[in-house]
Amino acid sequence: MPLRHFAKWALIAPALALLLLLFITPIGWFIAESLAELGSASEVWLEAKAVLGSRAILGAILNTNGIALTVTLMVLAIGYPLSYALSRARGLAFSLVLICVVIPYFTSVIVRTYAWMVILGRNGLINQVLLGLGLAREPADLLYNRTGVIIGMTYVLLPYMVLTLYAAMKAVDPRLLQAAEGMGAGPLTVFAKVFLPLTLHGVTAGALIVFILALGFFITPALMGGPGDVMMAMLIEREIELSQNWPVAALMTIVLLAITLLLYAVYARFADRTEEGFAR
Amino acid sequence: MTGSILRLAAIRLLVVLLCTAMLAPIAIVVIASFSGDGYLKFPPDSLSLRWYLRFLGDPRWLAALWNSFLVAAMTCLLATALGFLAAYAMARGHFSFRRAITALLLMPLIVPHVVTAIAMYFLSARLGLIGVRPWIAVAHSVVALPVVLVILQSALKTVDPNLERAAMIFGCTRAGVFRRVVLPLALPGLVSAMLFSFLTSFDELVISLFLAGIRAETLPVRIWNSLLLEVEPTIAAVSALLIGVTCLALLAEWAVRQARERSATATR
Repeated sequence: MPLRHFAKWALIAPALALLLLLFITPIGWFIAESLAELGSASEVWLEAKAVLGSRAILGAILNTNGIALTVTLMVLAIGYPLSYALSRARGLAFSLVLICVVIPYFTSVIVRTYAWMVILGRNGLINQVLLGLGLAREPADLLYNRTGVIIGMTYVLLPYMVLTLYAAMKAVDPRLLQAAEGMGAGPLTVFAKVFLPLTLHGVTAGALIVFILALGFFITPALMGGPGDVMMAMLIEREIELSQNWPVAALMTIVLLAITLLLYAVYARFADRTEEGFAR
Repeated sequence: MTGSILRLAAIRLLVVLLCTAMLAPIAIVVIASFSGDGYLKFPPDSLSLRWYLRFLGDPRWLAALWNSFLVAAMTCLLATALGFLAAYAMARGHFSFRRAITALLLMPLIVPHVVTAIAMYFLSARLGLIGVRPWIAVAHSVVALPVVLVILQSALKTVDPNLERAAMIFGCTRAGVFRRVVLPLALPGLVSAMLFSFLTSFDELVISLFLAGIRAETLPVRIWNSLLLEVEPTIAAVSALLIGVTCLALLAEWAVRQARERSATATR
């Protein structure tokens, strides 16, 4: 039953109002007022150049992109076979694999981070195994450095990739694979020439979403990283929490938001196109 | 022939290993929470409930549990109510800026939570609303809304508009149609939406970190504050509790879906 003009806007208005009042307006207001503290437009521009040229902030921007890229590649390498298994499994096996992906997905990020701190710590499981087997003389440093951050973030972001890839793999018509096999292609050829190209849009979508989420990560790098692993979101939080430096926080927020929204626009474009492709 | 069997076995082994790696961290936390040792160690030398008892005997942890529960309950009601109305409008109305509206509604999932949290802190500090639980619930609703919308939009797709037309032809009012036709048919989706918005709030850390102050510390905030000091085993017990809540919510959601499928086959 189509809704009349007034009714549809009345129904959607409360949700839009919530976002406008508690999301859009505060972000805009915080940035505008923090920058206004600096004075005129030219003074803001000078400060922006100084801040963005500073070593700490350039370092954080580079760190953030480096960590996000590494995590995206790791998640892709682990997520692809897992999604493949999920898309091929039936019955009990399907439920079991799904449970292994969904339970971590809905568990609090801080709990998942804490779990890896328990595993990777100096007295943690991995170090006990390494020492017990005589593979290491002294505990390996797996926590409070880049290794810890990468492992933790890969674990937290893996379900996003698996669920995105699963949708793409589920849409592949199995008869295409059978046809390729029937015409004499070996399993590797079927994979490289048929299955991979047909799931490539899922790879791009999953990689973009994981990269976007990794860029804004805060909890996991803050708890598992060392002094050299400061990411942009952590730096923004520190500017507010420790030094009450709102203008610098606002400038960094603009950079982080710009990268995030740009990539999201690419993602949205891309998702639209694949949907249209399917409709055809 | 043996080649393909070997390959199949290798793929199976890889999948079993990956699945184990996905669940292992969660299982390890649950097992470590029952440790009887004085400090955190895995595997524990002895088992006991001492860390649960310490959690239950500490008024600060209990207050955090109560805060988390209250905020999550309020978030779940607010986000589901707003999300249901919006999802219904999107399903039945024709919007000229449909894509822009959808992008806006999903934006809180994409924008880094630190940015959202700082902006909300900026606003709340001016309004004197730091540490006010209903306000934290309103803030959590912003990030729970996209979750609810995605679930309810797909749930409303299964409600046939012709049923609503039929009810109106037989003299039902618009409000009556909503209450007697749309709500019952969308009920399983509504339950899922409520469960997942509850979980979103119950597990949320970054926004709570900025808005909770000292008065309204939630469980994740309390975990965060203690993790910065030391990795004490009480956190394992609290984490196991959070994992338990997640599993319960997922189980309830599954049960609702099963019940609906059974009733669907029964009416057929």
